[in-house]
Amino acid sequence: MEVALFILIALVTVVSALLVIIRKNAVSSVLFLVLTFFCLAMLYVMLGAQFIAAMQVIVYAGAIMVLFIFVVMLLNLGTDQKWEITGPVRKWMGFGSAAGILLIAVLAFRGMQSPTTEMDTSIGTVSSIGETMFQSYVLPFEVASVLLLAAIIGVVAMISRKPVDATTVEGGNES
Amino acid sequence: MTVGLEWYLWLSALLFVIGVAGVLTRRNALIIFMSIELMLNAVNLAFVAFSRFIPNIDGQIFVFFVMAVAAAEVAVGLAIIVTIFKRKESVDIDQVNFMRW
Repeated sequence: MEVALFILIALVTVVSALLVIIRKNAVSSVLFLVLTFFCLAMLYVMLGAQFIAAMQVIVYAGAIMVLFIFVVMLLNLGTDQKWEITGPVRKWMGFGSAAGILLIAVLAFRGMQSPTTEMDTSIGTVSSIGETMFQSYVLPFEVASVLLLAAIIGVVAMISRKPVDATTVEGGNES
Repeated sequence: MTVGLEWYLWLSALLFVIGVAGVLTRRNALIIFMSIELMLNAVNLAFVAFSRFIPNIDGQIFVFFVMAVAAAEVAVGLAIIVTIFKRKESVDIDQVNFMRW
């Protein structure tokens, strides 16, 4: 049962991830990426990480992908974007590099024995993650909040700047 | 037969390679960005799988921080893409070479 479920979800994940990179239309790429993230959330539930699964749906499939789809529709790109980079040479070099990384993974995972640990259901709950987060990882947590604040300020500063040729700025930083 | 650690690692490696192929072969900056998200998620899957099989909660904490960094990165990156689009009317990375030398 678990094996069948895993194979089904993994198949949908890989196929939708492939469709993300081969679809010409950016909007359908975004939607297939959302599907990939939902499948990953299901895998997290199978791994007993309920909190991470909820975060995946809320943060990734919710917030980040809404931002993506907003920008895609704002820029209003046509579907006539060419699929390759200039010329087939760089395309095949790209696929070759990806295949090389896969080969490294194959060599690294060859003959791997899976540990047969029982699932510890107390590990992925909100309370256990919260306890670990606010005891051992308080400082990184605060640094992450400062990082998000810096990102917000940086984005606002970058977007609200007027085009360079529109105005000659007098007296320094009018942004 | 049960779903072992290596199954998740295979899936993670496959997703990562798909992300690499997307970054290296596409020209649309938005698709390249989505491929980077795909790679981040592949690594997250490996983290959660290790966290279940060791078993140790630190992997899931790290996934939380990866998500926070990914959110900040997406906000800044999309702002850069919008700014470039305002300037060049395009998100084709072959035309965004005005910062080269």
